[in-house]
Amino acid sequence: MVLVVILTMSEVEVAGYRGRLAEVLRRENVEVGDEVEVILPDGRRFAGRLMAKYENSPPDFISLKIRSGYNVGVHLPEGSRVIKLREGTAPAFRRPPPPVQDPSLPHVTIISTGGTIASRIDYGTGAVKPALSSEDLVSLIPEITDVAHINAEILFSIFSEDMTPEMWDTIAAKVNGLIKNGVDGVVITHGTDTMHYTAAALSFVLQNPPVPVVLVGAQRSSDRPSSDAATNLIAAVSIGARAPFGEVVLSMHEGHGDDLIVVHRGTRVKKMHTSSRDAFRSVNSAPLAYYRGGELILVERGLNPRGSDRYSFYPGFSDEAVLIKFFPPMKPDILEHYASKGVRGIIIEGTGLGHVSSSWIPTLRRIIRDGIFVGMTSQCVYGRVNMNVYSNGRRLLSIGVTPLDDMISEVALVKLMWVLRRASELDEVKGLMIRRIAGEMNDRSLPTRVSWIGD
Amino acid sequence: MGIDYRSLGLRVGLEVHRQLSTKSKLFCECPVEPSGSGREVTFVRELRPAQSELGEIDPATLFESQRARKFVYKGNTSDICLVEMDEEPPHPINEEAVEVALTVALLLNSEPVDELHVMRKVVIDGSNTSGFQRTCIVATGGSIRVGDRDIPIQAISLEEDSARIVETRAGEVVYDLQRLGIPLIEVSTAPEISTPEEAMKVAKSIGDLMRATGKVRRGIGSVRQDLNISIVGNCLVEVKGVQELELMPSIIDYEVRRMSMMRELSSLLRERGVTKDAIIMNDPVDLTDAFSNTGSRLVKTRLLSGDRVVGLRLPHLAGLLKSPDGGPIRLGREVAEYVRAWTGVEGVIHSDEVPGYGISQREVEEVRGLLNSSKDDAFVLVMGDAERARAALQRVRERLIGVIQGVIDETRAPLQDGTTQYARPRPSAARLYPETDIPPLVISREYLMGVRARLPRRFEEVIEELRSRYNLSGQLVAQLIDEDRVNEFEELVKLGIAPSFAASFLTEVLKELKRDGLDVDSVPFDEFLDFFRMVVNGETAKEAARDVVAYLARNRGSSAREAVVKLGYRAPRIEEVIAVIDALIDEYSRSGHRDVTGPVMGELMKRYRGKVDGAVLSRLVRERTK
Ligand SMILES: [Zn+2]
Repeated sequence: MVLVVILTMSEVEVAGYRGRLAEVLRRENVEVGDEVEVILPDGRRFAGRLMAKYENSPPDFISLKIRSGYNVGVHLPEGSRVIKLREGTAPAFRRPPPPVQDPSLPHVTIISTGGTIASRIDYGTGAVKPALSSEDLVSLIPEITDVAHINAEILFSIFSEDMTPEMWDTIAAKVNGLIKNGVDGVVITHGTDTMHYTAAALSFVLQNPPVPVVLVGAQRSSDRPSSDAATNLIAAVSIGARAPFGEVVLSMHEGHGDDLIVVHRGTRVKKMHTSSRDAFRSVNSAPLAYYRGGELILVERGLNPRGSDRYSFYPGFSDEAVLIKFFPPMKPDILEHYASKGVRGIIIEGTGLGHVSSSWIPTLRRIIRDGIFVGMTSQCVYGRVNMNVYSNGRRLLSIGVTPLDDMISEVALVKLMWVLRRASELDEVKGLMIRRIAGEMNDRSLPTRVSWIGD
Repeated sequence: MGIDYRSLGLRVGLEVHRQLSTKSKLFCECPVEPSGSGREVTFVRELRPAQSELGEIDPATLFESQRARKFVYKGNTSDICLVEMDEEPPHPINEEAVEVALTVALLLNSEPVDELHVMRKVVIDGSNTSGFQRTCIVATGGSIRVGDRDIPIQAISLEEDSARIVETRAGEVVYDLQRLGIPLIEVSTAPEISTPEEAMKVAKSIGDLMRATGKVRRGIGSVRQDLNISIVGNCLVEVKGVQELELMPSIIDYEVRRMSMMRELSSLLRERGVTKDAIIMNDPVDLTDAFSNTGSRLVKTRLLSGDRVVGLRLPHLAGLLKSPDGGPIRLGREVAEYVRAWTGVEGVIHSDEVPGYGISQREVEEVRGLLNSSKDDAFVLVMGDAERARAALQRVRERLIGVIQGVIDETRAPLQDGTTQYARPRPSAARLYPETDIPPLVISREYLMGVRARLPRRFEEVIEELRSRYNLSGQLVAQLIDEDRVNEFEELVKLGIAPSFAASFLTEVLKELKRDGLDVDSVPFDEFLDFFRMVVNGETAKEAARDVVAYLARNRGSSAREAVVKLGYRAPRIEEVIAVIDALIDEYSRSGHRDVTGPVMGELMKRYRGKVDGAVLSRLVRERTK
């Protein structure tokens, strides 16, 4: 059965309500927040303030906030009446007054790109939407002004799944400008879903920056009392203001509690949980640092120092790279498809040490011969690819598949996008892909289940 | 001394909360009954106030946010999951719980809502990991008949239970997460209850009605009542979390007395010319030096730990801080409770209680001097670091100004002695905002028809039916229902046990044994059945029941048959009994008795009580005397 919804040009919409309900509301001049009485054909009456329509509520239901503060949904069949009792104020977010700032503190700029950390309930749809400005964050989390003089600006207001390589470049250019203007630290609020892609992208563009560039997000929206936004942002600002390193990092909760924040390297981090506060993990690497009780505890030595003069800015990403995940009966047609679409590089998330079915070999050989870069990572997430152990791996090597060591597959993709912008020949691409550029790979593999910090 | 509640305009509204015994919690699949068999998890969190969708912050929320605290959460992975840990969005609402709530709604003639909207009720005292309690209104309106009155029902809601406080430490509260998320049904009445006793009866009736669903949890903490108590003149308090029904009348009585006394104090203060400005004009004074050689152990210990003594003059308040009648209600206590709740500072000492606490007359004089306070004035002293002590005195002023203005509007906690104490300001509707992680649930007319068809019988109906069918007293039936023993009762009757005996055994006999300290609940009902089967088969007598149950309770794991044998209640063979009867008849006939039945029965009962059923003996005697 196909459900067709036809919206005519003349159709009005009131607070998300459409059709007959919208007509009824408009006739009575009722808007969100107004006090109304609803009289149903069966004589039942409800009084309350009109709330915006819930996104997935059926069409002939209205949402009323009754006196106790509860919302209830009322079904309004044909013949129902809505009477406006009193004009009300539409729900709106009111920002507390911003704190007084101390200009002698380190200057940190918060760039807002959207996501849960900067989101509130959208009363129009009932869903969580990016709506909090960076100024709102400062007002709601005034503690950040204890450690830094904050400038805040909104760059985007999007969910992170809508992020694009062009936006990575926009963010990077913004940060570069701030660095040139002498900022002491940059904090970027970001939706968590693709925050590690952006962290990797910024790591390749902003190499050896003189100040910390900290990506931060929240797994619980900041309109909830339990939101991790505050603790994460306070830590991120402190790191931005005071950390002794100049690195692109991502900092979030280490565990379920608010008491320990972990600082990951931008090219070594992956989102490993859909909902938990401790979603981000350093993969194949120790985290760089922890933040606890206002103190930064360094784990990694030999970081690019704050004030480093080795800073360079290499913007630009190609959109001619893709990431594909191999699965047991998968056919190699996908490779042909991408080759025909003009893709210049493919990262494969292979099995185990870096394998795909032997049936892929002829196709792979052909596309590599045509100049397409093929890099191998592993869907195991943890560990390093090694294609010398099994014959299948050795054959893949011999036809020119490039093993990408212990690189995270998403990071390999971002790196490939970045590399393709600055190398045209396959050999050149290959050379850059296996060269360590922003800490994205390491020759030494460390045990994974280690407590990197004592109790 | 009795109070005329009516002339004071007493109005009480009730909120009865009851845990449900559904298979799983309200917003996840964790069990309602804990097993504690998994791994322990612990984590630390903070909470911050959030605005409601109307852009307001609730006063109760602000109160909590004043007391920056950490929350330590503990739980076991067998009983909690990421939902209770606020690490995963809630799952769709438990439909079994919705049905129970709708069942209660229909039993109360309430009108179910067309669409259920789950709301977030902001609670940042840490009892909910999310910082809010998820709650929704299931139905509105309806009434419950208690005595000859119909008490109107305002709403029936379904909400998640909160975490249980395990421990309160300095700056930190420890919570156990097991209880968090258990479905709670809340029935709230209109504030139309007019006496303390009526409140208790209404609560009991609502509780019984919820139990008729067969889906409520029993035991400690499974029922909690909130009371909204008001008397004329701007006084409304909410007493939250009364667990014992029996405490309810004394709590209401206490609150009525307390509110009327505060009202009297209010006019007395105004008579004496104590104004808000007069209270504000006096500033806290550091009095530590006056106690440098104090003999008071209390003060000395605090001074040694670096605390200061700070005092505040209260103009024209002399004699008003102590209790006028030696009772628990006094302005001093009001002030101390308020200060403790807001600042955590313990022990506000006031001028009506010194000299005392080892504080000498000379020190009192000196304090009066330093505070510039005359005999007409009162003063309060608090101890703590300078900043906290001053914050505490600020709260003292605030409380007194509240009393002067005569507005009492707050949330209080019940105490075991039937009194209450200040807990926090009353929350406003501003603390409710939509739970957007859970889509609204449409309650269709068809679904409601199904619920209506499955409605359990109401308690009154069940009582009336059992009463007439078994010819029992209404009281006995009510007891059976109260103790959840109706099914057991019916099983015993089915065996052939007389209804009146079965009923009194299951209620009175068992209750008496319990009162004697025996754990009769540990005896499996099957053993009772076995025993009564033996009675019916003539192998023992029903009179042995009490001793047999006592034996079973003392000797866990033993059987009813074993108990009967060990206690010597096994019936002798019928031939033996007949021989004894014949011999007795013979004996009494010879000694010249005209009717031997009475004396023979007397002898037999002496010999066979608990072994042979009295009815059987009586039948045999009748047969043998013919
Ligand atoms: Zn759970």
